[in-house]
Amino acid sequence: MPVVMAADQVARTVTRIAHEIVERSRTLDDLALVGIRTRGVPIARRLSAVLHDITGASVPTGVLDITLYRDDLMRHPVGPQPVLRKTEIEFSIDDRRILLVDDVLYTGRTIRAALDALIDFGRPRSIELVVLVDRGHRELPIKADYVGKNLPTSLRQSVRVRLEEVEGVDEVVLEDAPEG
Amino acid sequence: MLPRADGTRHDAGIPLTEGRGSSGVPPVFGTPAGLRAKDLLSIGDLSADEIQLILDTAEAMKEVGTRTIKKVPTLRGKTVVNLFFEASTRTRASFEIAEKRLSADTLNVTTAASSVAKGETLADTVRNLEAMAPDVIVLRHASAGAGHLAARLCRARVINAGDGMHEHPTQALLDALTIRQRKGKVKGLQVSIIGDLLHSRVLRSNVLLLRALGAEVCTCGPATLMLPDMARLGVRATTSIDEAVEDADVIMLLRIQLERMRGYFFPSLREYFQQFGMTAARLRRAKPDVIIMHPGPMNRGVEIASDVADGPYSVILEQVANGVAVRMAVLYLLAGARHE
Repeated sequence: MPVVMAADQVARTVTRIAHEIVERSRTLDDLALVGIRTRGVPIARRLSAVLHDITGASVPTGVLDITLYRDDLMRHPVGPQPVLRKTEIEFSIDDRRILLVDDVLYTGRTIRAALDALIDFGRPRSIELVVLVDRGHRELPIKADYVGKNLPTSLRQSVRVRLEEVEGVDEVVLEDAPEG
Repeated sequence: MLPRADGTRHDAGIPLTEGRGSSGVPPVFGTPAGLRAKDLLSIGDLSADEIQLILDTAEAMKEVGTRTIKKVPTLRGKTVVNLFFEASTRTRASFEIAEKRLSADTLNVTTAASSVAKGETLADTVRNLEAMAPDVIVLRHASAGAGHLAARLCRARVINAGDGMHEHPTQALLDALTIRQRKGKVKGLQVSIIGDLLHSRVLRSNVLLLRALGAEVCTCGPATLMLPDMARLGVRATTSIDEAVEDADVIMLLRIQLERMRGYFFPSLREYFQQFGMTAARLRRAKPDVIIMHPGPMNRGVEIASDVADGPYSVILEQVANGVAVRMAVLYLLAGARHE
C-alpha cells in the first residue's frame, strides 16, 4: 500500500491551498467554508484555522451531509441505507462565496449532490470546490478550483484519505481494491 | 396499474410466519445502518441498536424542518399510502408532513370516504391498494394485528400507525427522542406511565422500547385499568399516584379512552381526576427537573390539569415536533432499500 501523501505533506498542502485562497480573494469577508461529511469537515476546519493564522479573518465553517441528496439512494436492490448525520450550516449562505471542501474528487457525484443540497439553503454568490486529492475518472462535468494533489489512478484502485480527527493519523494511501 | 408485470405474487419473498424480527430470523442487513424487518409493526421487532439508529437518524432529520425550504429529494418517486381506519389528527398530519418533506407522493385513504364504508374488508382494501404498487402503507386500524395482516398481503412496506390496543411504534420512538433530547439519555431513567394502561397501545410500545433502552418503568392507574403481567417485562405497577410521581425523571400521562371502554372502570371522570389526575399540587413531590409527556389528544381536567399541560414541565408540543422527524427517519430507513 503506497503512501502517496504523508502527514507533513498533508499539512503543507492544506497551508498551500489556504494561501491560494487568499491570493485569489479580494476579501475574505464574504467567504464561507462548507465541509462535506465525513472527511471534508476536518479539512474545512483546518483551512479555516490556517486562513485565520495568515489573515486574522475568521471564516465561518459549516458541515454538509449529502445523504438525502445521493443519486444512488433508492437504487440498491437490498442493503442498508447510508447513515444520515446532521447538516450544520449556521450562517446564511445567501450572497456568500462558498468554498465546498471534500477529501477526494472522483466521479463527481458527491459534489453534484452537495451542490443540490447547498442550493436548498439559499443562493450563494458563487460556489468553488476544494479537494485534497483529485483522482480523475469523472462521470459528471465537474472540476475542482483548488486541488491539493492530482493523483492518476486506475479504476481498480481506491484512494484512502486518513485524517487525525477521524482515524488518528494524517495520510493518503493508494490501495489496490478488487471491487470498483 | 394491474398486477405486477414481472408476474411475482404480491407476497413473494415475505415469510408467512409470525414474529419476524427480534429472534430466530437472521438479520437481512449485515450492518446496523439498516432495519432488518421489512415493516415497522412492533417495537418488539427492533433491537436496541435499531432503535438507536432510528433516533440518531431522526436527530439529523430535525435539521430539515429548520430550513426555509423544508424539503429534500430523498423519496422522490416513492408512493406512500396513508390508510387510516381510525380518527387521527397528530399521527396522520405528522406522517403526511414527513412524507412531503422527503418528497414522496402521498395518498390519504380514510374510512368515511372509502369503500370500507361499503363493507370492504381490510384484506381486500389492502390487496387493491397493493395492486397500484405503493412503496409504503401507513396503517391505522381498530384491530390489533391489522398491520401484521396487511404486511403479509403486500410487498409494500407497512408502518403500523396504531393497531387497536396493541402498539403504536412511532409514538414510542418520538417519546424516546423527546426524552433523549431533554435528559441526554434514556438508560437508567425512572419513567412513570400513568392513566388508562389497559386500553393503551402507546403504553405497550413504550414499555417495550424503554425496557430495551434500559429505563426503569413504573405504571400507575386504577386497579381496573391495570395490565396483568407487567412484572414479566420488568415493570413496576402501583395504584398510588404519589408513589409514581416521586423520583420520576419522566411522567407520561395516558388518555382515558372512553371510546374503547366497554363497561365501567371507574365511577366518574371527576373521581378519576381526583384520584389520578396530574395536578400542580401532585407535581410538587416530583423531581425539580421532571418532564411531563402526553401522546395526545389530551382530556384536560381528566388525566391532566390544564396548568400542568401548559406548564413549565410539559414537553407535549416538543413530542409533536419530534413526531415529524421520527417518521421521516422511519420512512427513510424503510422506503430506501427494497426488500426482496
